[in-house]
Parts: sequence; structure tokens; C-alpha cells
Amino acid sequence: MEPQTCIELRDVTFAWPGEPALLDISRLTVSQGEKLFLKGASGSGKSTLLGLIAGVLSPRSGLISVLGQDQAQASGSQRDHLRANRLGVIFQMFNLVPYLSVLQNVALPCRFSPDRARRVSENGGVNAEARRLLAQLGLHEPSLLSRSVSALSVGQQQRVAAARALIGQPDLIIADEPTSALDADSRDRFIALLNAQVDASGATLVFVSHDGGLAGQFDRALDLTTLNRAARRQRTD
Amino acid sequence: MGVSILGLAWHSLVNRSVSALLTVLAVALSVALFLGVEKARTAARAGFDQTISGTDLIVGAPSGQINLLLYSVFRLGNATSEISWPAYQRLAARDDVAWTVPISLGDSHRGFRVMGTTSAYFDHYKYGRSKPLTFSEGRAFDDIFEAVIGAQLARDLGYEIGTPMVLTHGLGTAGLSDHDNRPFRVVGILAPTGTPVDQTLHVPLEGITAMHVGWETGTRNPLADTLSESVIRSFDLTPKTVTAVFVGLVQKGTLLRTRRAINSDRQEPLLAIIPSQALAELWAVMGNAERLLLAISGFVVAVGLVSILTSLLTSLNERRREMSILRATGARPSHILFLMLAEAGGLGLAGGLIGMGLIQLIFSLTAPLLTASYGIALPGTGLSIIDGATLLTVTVAAILIGVGPALVALRRSLADGLSVKV
Repeated sequence: MEPQTCIELRDVTFAWPGEPALLDISRLTVSQGEKLFLKGASGSGKSTLLGLIAGVLSPRSGLISVLGQDQAQASGSQRDHLRANRLGVIFQMFNLVPYLSVLQNVALPCRFSPDRARRVSENGGVNAEARRLLAQLGLHEPSLLSRSVSALSVGQQQRVAAARALIGQPDLIIADEPTSALDADSRDRFIALLNAQVDASGATLVFVSHDGGLAGQFDRALDLTTLNRAARRQRTD
Repeated sequence: MGVSILGLAWHSLVNRSVSALLTVLAVALSVALFLGVEKARTAARAGFDQTISGTDLIVGAPSGQINLLLYSVFRLGNATSEISWPAYQRLAARDDVAWTVPISLGDSHRGFRVMGTTSAYFDHYKYGRSKPLTFSEGRAFDDIFEAVIGAQLARDLGYEIGTPMVLTHGLGTAGLSDHDNRPFRVVGILAPTGTPVDQTLHVPLEGITAMHVGWETGTRNPLADTLSESVIRSFDLTPKTVTAVFVGLVQKGTLLRTRRAINSDRQEPLLAIIPSQALAELWAVMGNAERLLLAISGFVVAVGLVSILTSLLTSLNERRREMSILRATGARPSHILFLMLAEAGGLGLAGGLIGMGLIQLIFSLTAPLLTASYGIALPGTGLSIIDGATLLTVTVAAILIGVGPALVALRRSLADGLSVKV
């Protein structure tokens, strides 16, 4: 059976008002359940691309279909709804709300999304699910859970962010350079743990990094610099 | 479990507790000032209205009703003319009049007013809610040279029962020579009332006449001090005039008719006033000052509210990352708006509540003290509809003030997208 499409971009352009095009992608398709690695140097438009997929930015033209919804045509609240219910996001760093505990940070998406809260309650409740995810990401210690997030190491913080992205079984995980602040050991460990959890939940993963050496740990790898015609033009300028 | 949206606002605020506390403090102090002024105003009004009660009419020589009220009740200013003794006697003999208390003013003792009256004054003069005068020490006078003093006078001058006093005509501070032929002494000290009674020296009407022996021409007769006490006592000391008369009626229902009858007396022009009416008219004159004070304290509350705006605007930058994270984890624009407005409203509400509590605390601590030493009751200083209205207004105003910063936060969180700006 042909795998269903999770993300499809066609002739997408994006530019900030009054500036030259930042992004120009003729075609990009990601299947459901696929773990895609996107290599992108800084300035290649990767954050913009992720913003478009997540629906916090709107393209100038083109089609962006995410989980069956055209983000380019959808209203703001439809995009908010999709993001809250079906997307998980991990940033490069400073992922966590500083004044919330580890558990509260992980539980946060369930507060904004009734769908995720419902799926979590089927799995035994927010706390149980948060503990399970944290444990599977290598954060077992009970004392850790109620600790202030600023007391955690960067590696631990990124794993908490991964648990937060995964809670409530979202269909798509977007990770924007989540390992660039980590040393080599914790980086590989983080990717392995994240991949295992994504596999377990059947979600799609879009993992962006400037470090092409990580590509081997994913199903497929693309280079954003070649994908993005706007970036190619800039390079040849 | 987890954290509710309101909980998020709370945790975020606690995370910035120092600046939040300072903001709440600014609002609390401004609200406390406003409520303090408002309550003191109410209390002053109530206390003012209760300077005299139980007296149906005050009768004096024709001037104006405020003037008559000022000199007869507040001991301020002087009567321009007096009532003759026969006119007073006709007034006292009226069928619809139950009691009369004549008073004679115009002299002072070391800066305090001397008032000649009858011992009926201590039975009929009422203040507050029909509270009678009571003696903290001693008794009413029953001799020409006996005096009853108010609480503040006793305290300020250090007078006790038996203290001898030199009283002479006029408003000077001390006599030129000995006056041991008019040996006034204190026989009673009144309990504090919070009214001008506290600053008054009461003597019998005959005592006033005795003081004036030797002053009949308006200047001092050199022989006045040579008269012995027994010679003065042998004179007819019935006063020729009185300054004003407090009147109680047999039936309250005849108030207006009696007043009209007195005012149209054919034999001598008289002015009868209704104390509560005159008090209201006087307050209308004095009311502008307290309204100005209230307006000023209202502006102070506005300054307190501006501190909320300052706090919100300065927090916007440090919360930029926080807002981005919340947006990425699924917060809708309405959540961001709610977070900001809840914080603004929370600061206003907390400031208002603390301000209210502060002023209640201050009044509950000072009220017993004021009542004990000055006899001043502070009516209307408890929680009232004003407190509720102020609290509501401050909270709503704070939320409205929060709209601007909330929209800025929203616009930024939309523009930032998923990239967290640090």
C-alpha cells in the first residue's frame, strides 16, 4: 500500500514584506511515518520553512498541505488548531518555560489541545504519560520531575522538550536544530531516543540540522540549499 | 493535572515577583490613599452633622443661619447683636417649647471660649446620635463662680477639679491685676465628645454677668477690682441679654410653625434656625475643599495604574521567548491575550485588595485611639459599597490598560513564528 502523504509543498515562495524572496521551493513531499533529515546551513531558510509547515507563517504563493490541511488557505485559527492538536515542536535551545517544573512543561500541550488531552487520558492521564515519555527518553529520576527546568543540563532540557513534543501522540514532529547545543555523545543518544519514540508512536519527523553527518540516522535526507531555489540564487549572486 | 492558563499567568508573575510586588505596592498605596480620603471625608461629614443633636431650634439675633450656627455651636466668630432677657423669657414661656438653654458668649480664657449657660445645658445638649454630655470628673456647676471645662481644655491647660481661674471680660490672655474678687474654680470636667464642647469653658450665666461688673460702659472701670466678692454677689446678676438659645419642642410636628412664629415676633426681631438644615448649608460651602482632595487622590490612583502599564511593557521583552514557546506548543492568540490581560487584572485586583486591607487596618488601629482621647468616632470607615466599587473600577481599568501591551505581545508572537528570539 502506498504510504499517505503527510506534508506536500508545491511552488511555495515566501518573503518578508519589502524583502527579496527568502524561500522558493517547487516541490517537497514527506510521507506519513517517514523520518526526514533536512540539511540546512544558517540562512538557508530552514526556520522559515518550518514556520510555514507549522502554520505560524503564511507563504506568498503556493500550496502547503500538512496532514490534509492546506496551510496556505487555512484561517489562522484552523492553523492554530492543527498545530495544537497534531504537531510537536522542538527548538534548538531554550525550549522550556522557565517558571514551570519539568512535568508541567511536558504537560503544557495538553492544556492547549483538548484532542491531545483526551488521547493522554486514554493512556492513564497526563502525569503518567509525561513520566512514561520522560523515562523512555532517559529521565528516570523522580526528583528530576518537580525540579526547576533551569537546573537541568542542556541535554536533559532537550529531552524534556522532546517529551513535550511527543505527548498526546501528535502526527508530526518538527525539530529545529535540536542537537546543535549538545556534545557528540548526547547528540547521538538524543537522536536515537527521539527516533525510537517517533517510531513507537507512528509519527512523522522532520529533523533540521546544519550537520550533514547526522543524515545517516534518518530514513531520507535532503539538502535545503538545493531544494530552496531562492537560496541557490543568493549563492550564485 | 498540569497548569491551567490562569496558573500559567500566576507562575509567570511569580517568576518576576520583585517587579510584580513593586507594582502591586504602588497600586495598593494609591488605592489606600483614595479610600482613606474618601472614608475620612465620610467620617468628617458624619461627625460634622453630629456636632449637635436633640436640639430642635437655635434662636439668636437676626443675622444669617450659618453665622448663628457658627458662633452658637462651633464657637466661631461673634454675634453681631444679642437677644434681650425679656425676649428669652417670652420664648421659654411658649406653650410649644419644652425646654430652653440660653447661652452667652463673647469671652475667652487663655485662647478657649467661655460660655455662660444654665445647668440645664448639661441635661439637654446632645451630640452624635443623641448622646448626652457626661462628666469624666466632678459635677455640673451650681454656684456663680463654679466652672465646668471640656476635655481638651482640661488636657491642654492641665486643669483639674479645684483649679482656680481668673476670668475677665474680653479676649486677652491674662488680666492686668489680681481678680481674687471673682474666684472661679473648676468643679466638673466633661468626657471627650469630639465637638467644640471639648474646647469650651462653661460657667453659669450669672458668672458671666459677674465677670462684666466694672465693664458696663465698655471700658474698664478702675474701681472694678476694688469690689469685694460679697459685694459682687450682692448685685442682681440676672443677665440683660443672652447670645443664643437652644430650644427643644414639646412636639416635633410643630417645628416649622414654631420657627415661623419666633421669626415673626413683633416685639423683638429674632432668628430661629433648624440645626440640621444649617449644618447642611454650611457643609455645602465647605464641601468644595474635600471634593478637590478626592479628585487629587483619584489622580494618584491613575498614577498607580500607570505603574501596571510600565510593568507590562517592560516585561514584554523578557517574555518574548516565553510567548513563542507557548505559541509553538499550541497556544492560540486568545491565550496570549488572556495571559497578558489576566496579569494586568491580577495586578490591579491584588493592589486594590491590599490597599483596602491597609486602610481598614489603619482605621481599626487608630479609631479606638481617637475615640478614647478625642471622642472622635469614625463612622462609615468600615467596608462599604465604595470599597467594592473602587476595587471593581481599579481591576477593570487595569485590564483595559493591559489591552495595549497584550496586542503588542500578540503581534510579536505572530511575527516571531517558531523561531525563538533570545
